[in-house]
Amino acid sequence: MHTNTLKALSTMLAAGDISSQELTQHFLDRIKQFDGELNSFITVAEEQAMEQAKAADQARASGSAGPLTGVPIAQKDIFCTNGVKTTCASKMLDSFIAPYNATVVEKCNQAGLVNLGKTNMDEFAMGSSNETSFYGAVKNPWNKEYVPGGSSGGSAAAVAARLAPAATGTDTGGSIRQPASLCGITGLKPTYGRVSRWGMIAFASSLDQGGPMTQTAEDAALMLNVMAGFDPKDSTSTDIEVPDYTASLEQSLEGLRIGLPKQFFEKGLDAGVEKVIQDAIAQYEKMGAKVVDIELPNTHLSIPAYYVVAPAEASSNLSRFDGVRFGYRCENPVDLEDLYKRSREEGFGDEVQRRILIGTYALSAGYYDAYYLKAQKVRRLIKNDFDQAFDKVDVIMGPTSPNAGFKLGEKAADPVSMYLSDIYTISVNMAGLPGMSLPAGESGGLPVGLQIIGNYFDEARLLNVGHQFQQHTHWHSQLPAAFA
Amino acid sequence: MALDKDDVTKIAHLARLQVDEDDIPQITERLSSILGMIEQLQAAPTDNIEPMAHPTDATQRLRQDQATETDQRDQFQSIAPATQDGLYLVPKVID
Repeated sequence: MHTNTLKALSTMLAAGDISSQELTQHFLDRIKQFDGELNSFITVAEEQAMEQAKAADQARASGSAGPLTGVPIAQKDIFCTNGVKTTCASKMLDSFIAPYNATVVEKCNQAGLVNLGKTNMDEFAMGSSNETSFYGAVKNPWNKEYVPGGSSGGSAAAVAARLAPAATGTDTGGSIRQPASLCGITGLKPTYGRVSRWGMIAFASSLDQGGPMTQTAEDAALMLNVMAGFDPKDSTSTDIEVPDYTASLEQSLEGLRIGLPKQFFEKGLDAGVEKVIQDAIAQYEKMGAKVVDIELPNTHLSIPAYYVVAPAEASSNLSRFDGVRFGYRCENPVDLEDLYKRSREEGFGDEVQRRILIGTYALSAGYYDAYYLKAQKVRRLIKNDFDQAFDKVDVIMGPTSPNAGFKLGEKAADPVSMYLSDIYTISVNMAGLPGMSLPAGESGGLPVGLQIIGNYFDEARLLNVGHQFQQHTHWHSQLPAAFA
Repeated sequence: MALDKDDVTKIAHLARLQVDEDDIPQITERLSSILGMIEQLQAAPTDNIEPMAHPTDATQRLRQDQATETDQRDQFQSIAPATQDGLYLVPKVID
């Protein structure tokens, strides 16, 4: 039952082959059986899930069900859920129960999706390995000595091990696409503004974007149909129509122009990963696509610019955690300053504190022009590169991550080397474009993801391009033997 | 650029983060290494380039100045560390 896609489960539920309660129980049992070793969930919402499943079965019986009514999914623990703990993988929010649902959660509820629980992640989404979680690292289901990627590592591992048929994620610098690549699943970061950020705990507000993490591009289309849309409660939400993302999945790729940026195939790219990407491109050529060489000359500046913009915005966003209104408070503060300082020092982990310090420094008096303003100018250079490229091509392809993965602990002591693992994904967030990672092969027994970058609000095309690839390849249907 | 101990102490105060004296050398080293990586930005030619605050250059939406939120104080305060009579409690600020 657990090897089915959302699409297949939807069909089975509609046909009455299974009930949502049976399905939900099956996945809850799998979580119990396997998650001890993976650590992909922070909170399993067993009771609430079974209630939602019961309601879904009633909706089916009364004829008021939508396509995904009764399908269980997992929510990244960054989305606020009324009545179920939301921790953002931080001690700061260890006992936090949000008084409202995030818009994404609300939309999932309205679609009848059942929430199995909240998935593990890097603390406040700051990390590329899931090792910064207060609740311990998540393990990669393909090889438990390896990281699952981050920050949406719990969602990626849970879907890869089929502990959930799909999950939500968020992506500020690669946090959907990189773990999707490392765990062998499909992950889509939509255009900035496409999915509401309301109730999604803020990391870097000009970059954060929620999206689906699924087995297939078709499932991602089904999920995006639920998640996307204008939300007046998010001040940067974009008010343009949401198409039916499943409607264009079957379009032919004949004549599709694929841009290959020279800068994505230079030093630092693992040979095994490069081979997988070249093979995937060859597959697309067989399907009628044309390859065009392009340049994204400012790619190398995306990481330094990101590590100004993201920490600066994070230092501002995380100032709300002051030990006064909600979240962790230190014991016996002697005065207000002691309350602030110790609550924050004891409540935040090292990586979060590091980024708050970098951001505070970059925004401090006398440094604003040299750091934040400069980084925003470089951000436009990066966007201009993409604009020029999209004059010539329909999509851009390359690797999602420079390596197939790395071992737990391998980069933990060297923040800069960890940051560099996001070289191919970060520029997409800086420009605000949509990007997707598809399982496209393996290297050394670990999955490798192909990244596809689209123009603004061109998610339908990305999903079409991804779906067509998955009609001709089998990588998306493989799952690690230990979880079969 | 490299930071020194005094810089880190000052930044930590601005960020309202307690730092243990023993941790300062390692924090200083790691922050300096990150700032060293960021230094690459300075070489980028950005004359006449407009800073980019929003990917599609959207501006702030406005709405009618009407109250849309209901009073949820009790619910919001139920998750606060310490409250009394509808107020959030902090250590004494004024003697």
